[in-house]
Amino acid sequence: MATTLKSAQLNTALERLNLPSYGKWWRTLQNAWVVTRREVRDSFRDWRIMVPIFILTLCFPLLAQGMTEIFTNFFIANGAEPMVDVFLPLLPMIVGFFPVSISLVIALETFVGEKERRSLEPLLSTPLTNLELYIGKTLAAMIPPLLAAYVGIGIYLSALIFGAQQWRPQAELVIQVLLLTTAQALVMVTGSVVVSSQTTSTRASNLLASFIIIPMSLLVLVEGLIMVNNLRHLLWWILVALIIADILLFRMGARLFNREELLGRTIDAINLKWAWRVFVSQLRGDARVKGVLSWYRYSVLSALRNSRDGILVVSFAILAALIGGMIATHFAPDWRLTPEMATQQPDLMQNFTQFAALSEMGFGVRYIFGQNLRVLIGAAMLAVFTFGVMSIFLASFTFGVLGFLLAQPIMSAIGYGVVLAALLPHALFELPGLIIGAGAATRLGALVTSPPKDMGVWEAWLRAFADMLKLLVALAVPLLALGAVVEVYITPRIVLMALGS
Amino acid sequence: MIEASGLTKIFDGFVAVEDVSLQVEAGSVFAFLGPNGAGKTTTIRMLTSILEPTRGWARVNGLDVVRDAAQVRANVGVLTEQHGLYERMKAVEYLDFFGRIYHLPREVRRQRAQDLMARFGLAEAMNRRVGEFSKGMKQKLALVRAMLHDPPVLLLDEPTSAMDPQSAKQVRDAILELKNDRRTIILTTHNLTEAQQLADRIGVIRHGRLIANGTFEELSQRFVGDPIMEIRFGAPLNGAFEWLHRELDVVAHGEDWLRFRTNKPHQDNPMVLQRLISAGVSVITLSEVPRSLEAVYLQIVNEDENLTEKAHNGNHA
Repeated sequence: MATTLKSAQLNTALERLNLPSYGKWWRTLQNAWVVTRREVRDSFRDWRIMVPIFILTLCFPLLAQGMTEIFTNFFIANGAEPMVDVFLPLLPMIVGFFPVSISLVIALETFVGEKERRSLEPLLSTPLTNLELYIGKTLAAMIPPLLAAYVGIGIYLSALIFGAQQWRPQAELVIQVLLLTTAQALVMVTGSVVVSSQTTSTRASNLLASFIIIPMSLLVLVEGLIMVNNLRHLLWWILVALIIADILLFRMGARLFNREELLGRTIDAINLKWAWRVFVSQLRGDARVKGVLSWYRYSVLSALRNSRDGILVVSFAILAALIGGMIATHFAPDWRLTPEMATQQPDLMQNFTQFAALSEMGFGVRYIFGQNLRVLIGAAMLAVFTFGVMSIFLASFTFGVLGFLLAQPIMSAIGYGVVLAALLPHALFELPGLIIGAGAATRLGALVTSPPKDMGVWEAWLRAFADMLKLLVALAVPLLALGAVVEVYITPRIVLMALGS
Repeated sequence: MIEASGLTKIFDGFVAVEDVSLQVEAGSVFAFLGPNGAGKTTTIRMLTSILEPTRGWARVNGLDVVRDAAQVRANVGVLTEQHGLYERMKAVEYLDFFGRIYHLPREVRRQRAQDLMARFGLAEAMNRRVGEFSKGMKQKLALVRAMLHDPPVLLLDEPTSAMDPQSAKQVRDAILELKNDRRTIILTTHNLTEAQQLADRIGVIRHGRLIANGTFEELSQRFVGDPIMEIRFGAPLNGAFEWLHRELDVVAHGEDWLRFRTNKPHQDNPMVLQRLISAGVSVITLSEVPRSLEAVYLQIVNEDENLTEKAHNGNHA
């Protein structure tokens, strides 16, 4: 009975998430496996894939092992024996990365290559679902290179363990390398699906693939630096970040890999005229818009509604950062600012009262407004490249610091009334401006991971971009400007009143 | 059976198919004709639940193409415009792969593959790599793939393109057999003779709109008018019998022949024959001038072109 209940609950939860239910999942994987088997078999017959994999699997580890021996002898000969322990863990990851990079080639071949050869359409006309095809092809692109990577790592490690070095790697290191290699392969495959969904030729997708291979190569460099600096615990965090990227890219790829996108896009040409029409119509709003007031009523309000999820996420992030900052005070006693410090620094209170004359200190309206606007524009721009993550981060980071400061014992010494008087008046304008602007940017960035079903990604993105601009111009920027005026001319007077002078 | 009403597909502002309505009965063949890029393939893709209509609805074998998309695809065999075969696979592996996708039991998919390959003269090629096949063989293999799961509905995009005459005949015979087996078939083709030979109904699509739809006879009647009769005489008439010109709608004539248009041949033909014979004229033949689908098709397209031009000029005026 308990099992039935669990299964039923699971089914309901999955239905809510719009995923296949428990029984269907098995069916989905079975169907996906039919595709995977064919693709893997096809890859194994393609010498253009097999030759590099074979070389990278067998020859490269042995080459790396030879190099290891030379370097080890060099370190020992020059009295730098500790360097051996730093150097040895570095190569398994590189040995694994090279074969894994082939997954990018296979993924581009299986996704966009098939599209180019028109061999995808017969598959699309079968009862297979988009998700089954996507999972099947993703696994197919990953399995041969991953197997090659594992074998390569195995050969290299075996040579080190059983060879002259007699090196015994830590189990944690081996697990880290294997997991990072797997996560990196998945990032490359899911990333290439995203790339290939936007192109119709392998040539174009190869050009766009540099957006995947360059960051991944840089990441491997960073991982190498972390290892050399003996900060291996940081690799776990990189793994977490990669898994998050995997999930986001997988979701994005699953949404983009659909029949409509694959067959609807026949050429890569940019239709600027159409794009401009879509953008302007979204910026202006529907036929009811006759002037500025009706624009606010029908167009800006509608953009606000469209961006509500992003706005909510940013609001929660700000709240979480504020609370997190407060909590962090308890975990960092070394950073605690005590009331005694105020007495040790008699000019502290004096500095605080100088807050009353911000404009005289060079912090004019233009400076504050410009600073806030820069943050907002930066958040909006970074949101586009980070699926909205950076807009959430930039918007909430300051509030984490604020939370940390507010929870300092020194604040109770100064008096919360004064602190709040110094923050609240302009925050009443700046905070909504920031939340609205960053929320719209978050929506824009995250949209590609889950585009609406009734329109193409490009159209949805253009509309979200127009909404963001609309909200920035109509609400966020005026609110920030107003906030800056209040911060310079009104907040200081309120602070002075609170200080009683 | 296939039904569609108001089927429309818009890609990023471009109207690929507009307001297409049609009905194809079970056991009949519907041929889609039209210039390249007219919207035939997009219509077929909507009917096979590959693309979702922007507006309108369609039912294939009683299943809604949007709501029951996977079931529609399971009930339909599709021959795509490009055969899209996996060239490194052997034919037997290729068909086995698609058989697995349709969840056909191992024995069934083997048997079906063998039977269909034999039917199209490809039995010997079962174990050859698809890449080694000729164009026509590839097209036939793609057709075998479409028929593998024994679907009640077949949508065939240019089924005989790139085939030699013998192979094309094999395919046409197969289509007729399927039709006799109560399958519903939609085919697109540029081969008008083939369309005339196979189709029960014909639809002409242009600029995404279905501009004509009916049987060949209906379309001929509507677009090229009444049938034309031709009389061949045993000797030149030398201008005699002017009454023929007076009483018949003569469209052309020569020394020893004459063509006239009639909307009641069953009345006019006996009357003409009787008068000619009683006047002592020797008549060799009296027959209907065969009308080709090509003539009908060109007339349909020309009329639509003129209409579009008029509308365009009207808008500018």
